[in-house]
Amino acid sequence: MLLSYREALNQAMREEMRRDSRIFLIGEEVGYYQGAFKVTKGFVEEFGPQRVVDTPITEAGFTGLAIGAAMAGLHPIVELMTMNFGIVALDQIVNNAAKIRYMSGGQLSVPLVIRGPGSAAHQLGAQHSQSLEAWFCHVPGLKVIAPATPHDAKGLLKSAIRDHNPVIFIEAQLLYGTKGEVGDGEYTTPLGQAEVKREGADVTIVAYSKMLLVALEAAEQLRREGLDVEVIDPRTLKPLDLETIVTSVTKTGRLVIVEEGWRFCGLGAQIAESIYSAAFDYLDAPIVRVTGEDVPIPYSRPLEDAAIPDVPRVIAAVKSLCGAA
Amino acid sequence: MTDMDRADLFSLYRQMLLIRRFEEKSAEMYALAKIAGFLHLYIGEEAIAVGAIAALRPDDYVISAYRDHGHCLARGSDPGKVMAELFGKATGLCQGKGGSMHLVDLPKRFMGGYAIVGGHIPLAAGLAFASKYQKQDLVTVCFFGEGAVPSGQAHEAFNLAALWKLPVIFICENNRYGMGTPVQRAVALYENVAEAARSYGITAERVDGMDVLAVRGLMCKVVDQVRAGQGPYFIEAMTYRFMGHSMADPSHGHYRSKEEVEKYRKRDPLVVLKETMVSQAQCSEADFKQLERDIADVVAAAVKFADDSPFPDPASLHADILVED
Repeated sequence: MLLSYREALNQAMREEMRRDSRIFLIGEEVGYYQGAFKVTKGFVEEFGPQRVVDTPITEAGFTGLAIGAAMAGLHPIVELMTMNFGIVALDQIVNNAAKIRYMSGGQLSVPLVIRGPGSAAHQLGAQHSQSLEAWFCHVPGLKVIAPATPHDAKGLLKSAIRDHNPVIFIEAQLLYGTKGEVGDGEYTTPLGQAEVKREGADVTIVAYSKMLLVALEAAEQLRREGLDVEVIDPRTLKPLDLETIVTSVTKTGRLVIVEEGWRFCGLGAQIAESIYSAAFDYLDAPIVRVTGEDVPIPYSRPLEDAAIPDVPRVIAAVKSLCGAA
Repeated sequence: MTDMDRADLFSLYRQMLLIRRFEEKSAEMYALAKIAGFLHLYIGEEAIAVGAIAALRPDDYVISAYRDHGHCLARGSDPGKVMAELFGKATGLCQGKGGSMHLVDLPKRFMGGYAIVGGHIPLAAGLAFASKYQKQDLVTVCFFGEGAVPSGQAHEAFNLAALWKLPVIFICENNRYGMGTPVQRAVALYENVAEAARSYGITAERVDGMDVLAVRGLMCKVVDQVRAGQGPYFIEAMTYRFMGHSMADPSHGHYRSKEEVEKYRKRDPLVVLKETMVSQAQCSEADFKQLERDIADVVAAAVKFADDSPFPDPASLHADILVED
């Protein structure tokens, strides 16, 4: 079945909410407005306002409320209108959701999904365009997911909802309208498993979320120039499936990591460190990172484009690594 | 006065005395370096925890801030396990991972102490949301100091609780100081901090927090109303901290005078109740002496249990970060 990323998310939550009455959805405009990005279209009509809860614009308050509800046995899905607003709720996410199980010596748990779009769309300005996954990945006690395809979005969201831990589920506004094959019927995609999205022998690219599409396009263009690129999508950023990346690197000997987030202390730095530790002897050249520029994302289109990795930059990075520039 | 009434008064006195002697012993243990880190004593404020919790059912939720020993003990937690937690021992309530500020006792529905000021108030709204969602007739009681009242998270939680008529009772323990800053330098409406809740339509009432019978009397009325679904309630309990903010702060410090501390000590909640018991229930000095001996034994046993207990195995370091499937 061909579905958009948006429809895949809608289907995942709908199926899970039909299955388990402990699951409820809470966030700004999730109900009668049908979701700021229409991900929750039809939900309030099907599940009612008790389970599809519109909130005031108070992210710390309603995220904290969801954490408390999770401590009491419910399974909340918090929709952040954008992941940027997660910064407003960061005290709740970092100090409560991530720590309550540990601080209580395992007595309490916080089964919770916090989801919404991260990364830049088009010209939304510096406060609405950030890729904050590295922040969340840094905190023990959180799982972090960033699917790129409708199939993965559905399967991973269902797994996230069924998980017993706080899960940060990062979507992307520019992915909502993208279409892809989604399996018919019930399926889940396990957390913590990367997927080889394209097989190749010469060089490995690791990319996630929107950047997977950039990497796949770059790989296609490079094929025409005779370079055989393998592309891996970690899908779950934490816990990271290092093994799949190591297996690929032992084959290709070369690794490019593409991420939209800022370069300094970015997720790619961690992936590179992990690969250097685990597979240094298999590398034929230093790992190359293609990242967002270390700037607040500017409004003006040419400036914004300059701040974010694109296909030509990925191609250039691969060529430089393969000595083909 | 019947025997039952006398037994009831003794029970309240006994609980307050347990907290008092437990806290005094904790200070001693801190001086002996058996306890480290932050230690915030509840001495002077015992009537609030004991009076409020006496009005609850065992399945109601209680949640607190970082000055939480009193609430935990009033909820009926084993003093030995509480002391062991302060000692950082494996037998502590949270296996040594929480410490003084993060006590949790799930079987007692004591949902934790939290140490980011204001940060647990949304959690309380969430616990109450969960019981309303599940159609359980539970109430949640949330303790915090007047220092948390101006925080944004408190206001967000008040608004959500009022908006959704959640069964939560906010108990503000107004001990007149947030660390060393007096309320008149921290809260604009310092003479009536309950206005913060009233401005959201929450009914609020002030009570003498040194009078355990007054606290319990008000709470019995309030719990019935909140349990019946009439929405949240705010109680401002006027009290005073006899000791410093923490062990790093001497009993009066630079920010308040010895005379002021002495003035409030005359309204010691133990003295206030004792006077009632002597004048109205014919309790004798011998009765109180017996109680002192009993409590001394309980506290000594708690210390012995904590002292004899092992420290956590370093192998437990990574346990309980996540729920393992």
